[in-house]
Amino acid sequence: MTDATEEIPEVDYVEGTGIPIRGNDIDTDQIIPARFMKVVTFDGLGEFAFFDLRFDDEDTQKEHPMNEERFGDANVMVVNNNFGCGSSREHAPQALMRWGIDAIIGEGFAEIFAGNCLALGIPTVTADHETINALQQWVDDNPDGEIEVDVAAETVRYGGNEASVSVDDAQRQALVEGIWDTTALMKANRNAIEETAGQLPYLDQRRSDLEADD
Amino acid sequence: MSNGTLYDKVWDRHKVTTLPNGQDQLFVGLHLIHEVTSPQAFGMLQERGLEVARPDLTHATVDHIVPTANQDRPYADDAAERMMSELEENVRNAGIQFSDPTTGDQGIVHVIGPEQGITQPGKTIVCGDSHTSTHGAFGALAFGIGTSQIRDVLATQTIAMEKQQVRKIEVNGELGEGVEAKDIILEIIRRLGTEGGVGYVYEYAGEAIENLDMEGRMSICNMSIEGGARAGYVNPDETTFEWLEETDYFQEHPGKFEELKPYWESIQSDDDAEYDDVVEIDASELDPVVTWGTTPGQGIGIDDPIPAPEDLADDKQDTARRAQKHMRVEPGETMNGYEIDVAFLGSCTNARLPDLRRAARIVKGREVADDVRAFVVPGSQRVQRAAEEEGLKDIFEAAGFDWRNAGCSMCLGMNEDQLEGDEACASSSNRNFVGRQGSKDGRTVLMNPRMVAAAAITGEVSDVRDLEEVALA
Repeated sequence: MTDATEEIPEVDYVEGTGIPIRGNDIDTDQIIPARFMKVVTFDGLGEFAFFDLRFDDEDTQKEHPMNEERFGDANVMVVNNNFGCGSSREHAPQALMRWGIDAIIGEGFAEIFAGNCLALGIPTVTADHETINALQQWVDDNPDGEIEVDVAAETVRYGGNEASVSVDDAQRQALVEGIWDTTALMKANRNAIEETAGQLPYLDQRRSDLEADD
Repeated sequence: MSNGTLYDKVWDRHKVTTLPNGQDQLFVGLHLIHEVTSPQAFGMLQERGLEVARPDLTHATVDHIVPTANQDRPYADDAAERMMSELEENVRNAGIQFSDPTTGDQGIVHVIGPEQGITQPGKTIVCGDSHTSTHGAFGALAFGIGTSQIRDVLATQTIAMEKQQVRKIEVNGELGEGVEAKDIILEIIRRLGTEGGVGYVYEYAGEAIENLDMEGRMSICNMSIEGGARAGYVNPDETTFEWLEETDYFQEHPGKFEELKPYWESIQSDDDAEYDDVVEIDASELDPVVTWGTTPGQGIGIDDPIPAPEDLADDKQDTARRAQKHMRVEPGETMNGYEIDVAFLGSCTNARLPDLRRAARIVKGREVADDVRAFVVPGSQRVQRAAEEEGLKDIFEAAGFDWRNAGCSMCLGMNEDQLEGDEACASSSNRNFVGRQGSKDGRTVLMNPRMVAAAAITGEVSDVRDLEEVALA
C-alpha cells in the first residue's frame, strides 16, 4: 500500500488555453455515448468524447469546437449550467481528460459528474452566467490566450481580467492538499470502520449468517 | 441544516469519521455492482495490490449489455461477451455473490436488490449507476457513484461524501384515473428543474406517496437523479414492512424481520424534523404527463400545449429550442397524437410486475398498431417468470408485442435493442436525452407504462383514459 499523500499531485493551479462548449443540461450520454462504454478499461476513450456531436453517420466531422484546430491543444473547458447531468458514468470525465482537459469552468455541474472529476483531479469551478458568457466569448476570440485557474484562491485570470469563481470547499481542500484520491486515506481508518460497522444492527446479521453458512 | 430526518439519522449511524478534506467517510451497507462500471475499478484495485474488503456486502448482476433475445453464450456481441466474462472473473476471484442469468435471479440491479430483500430501510446503498436512488423507496440512503468511488468502496467498504441539504416534497391529494407514480415524478422534475435538486436529497412524503405501493415509490425515487438530486427516499411504513417480510431474505431468516423492525422505525423522520426546503404538490391536479423535449424536465400534461421557448425562464430557452427542433414539435401543439414507431415497456423505472399488469389491462384484446415495433423487457427474471405464470406474456404476445428476457435494453441501448434513424419511441424509461436509446436522431417520449401501452395500440401518443381498461383474468 503506497502512501497516498506522497503519490498524489496537488492541483492548486491549472493553466493553459480554453475551449468553449455552449449549452445547458449537457448530459453524459452526449459526452460519451453508451456504445463506447462497451469496454473494460478507460484507455482510448478520448477520441470518442462528444462523438455524436462531432461526427456524422459517415464519420465526417461536424461543426464542433472540439473539431477546430485552434482549440486542438485546449485544456480548460468552459461550459454552461448543469453540465454532466444524467448517467453516473465516469467514462464521461475520463473521455474529456483523455482528450486533454485538465479543468472545467462552468455555471453549474451535476453532482456525480463533479465527484467523478474530483476523483480524477480535475477541478470543476463555477461562476455566474455573465462571467461564463464573457469567458466563452473571450476564449472564442483568443484561442491561444492563456487562462489561469487558481483553485486555491478561487480566481480565473485571462487577458488581463480576473474573475472570482467558486470551488466547493471539500473539493478545493482535496485538490490543493493532494488528498483527492481517497482510497488510501479511508483505508487508514480501519479501526473506525470496524467500529461503525459493529454498531449497525443489520450488519451483525449478515456477518453471523456468513459464519453460520461456513 | 436539516435535523431529525431519516437522512440525518442514517447518515450519522454510518459516519466513520470526517476526512481531512471536510468530506464524511460513510460505511456502505450494500454495494451493488454490474458489468459496465466495475471492471475498471477492479483493475485499479489490482494495480494497487488491494483486495475486496467486504465481498459479503457486495452483490453483482448483469443488466446493461445482456442480450434480451438470444442469451446463449458466448454472446453474439464480442464486446458484450468480454464484459460479461470480465465480471464473472472478478466476482469469482473476490467471492462476490452474482445473480447471473443461470440463477433465475438476474435482472436490472435496481429491480433485483429490492426483490431479494437485500435492499432494506436504514441501509446505505451505492452502485455505479445513477438510478441507485431507486432503493430510497425503502428508506435506504442510496447513491449512484462513479468508478473511482467503486474502487474506494471495494477497497474499504466506505465512501467519501459531503452531507447535502434535505428538501421535503409533500405530494398531497389523490391521484386521478390513469395517473401514476411516474406522472408525479415527471411533474416534480418539470416544476423544480433538472438541476433543481443539485445539493439536495429529496424526501417524498404526503398522502399520495403514502398511498403508493412499493413499486410506485421505486419509480419516483428512481428518477430523483433526473431532477438533479443524488438521492431520494420515502420513510418506511407498514407498506414497506409488509413488502419486506415476503422477500427471500426475511423468509430465509426467521426472526430477522422482528429484530430489525425497531431499527427501521427508529430512523423514520421525526414529526418535528427540520428541512432545508419544503415543496408541496397537489396530486389531484395531475393528468398523465409526457415529455415533449430532450430532458426529463420537459414534460406536460397530455392535453397541455407545448410551451413556447420564449415563455420559459431565460436559461431554459436555448435547450427548449434545440429540443423542439430535434423532436419536431411546435409550441401550442399538444403531444396527444404524436406518431410513434416504437413502444418500449421496460427499464429500472417501470418494468416491475404491477407496471406490466397495468399495461396488460390496456393491451388485452387489442392489437399493436401497424408499423409499430412494440416490446416488453421485464426488469428481472423473477418479474418475467411471475408475468408469464399469470398470463401477461400471452396477452402482450397476442397483441403483437415482442416478449423479451430481463435487462436494461432500450433504455440506453447498450445491447441490440436500439432506435434506428429518427424513430420516435414511447418509453416507460427515465431519459429522453438525444442519442440515449441508441440512435442520435432517435426521439424519445417518456410516459407511464399504461400510456406506453396506449401508444403501442394507437400508434401515437394517446391519453390512456380514452381506452377502456380490460380486467385481467
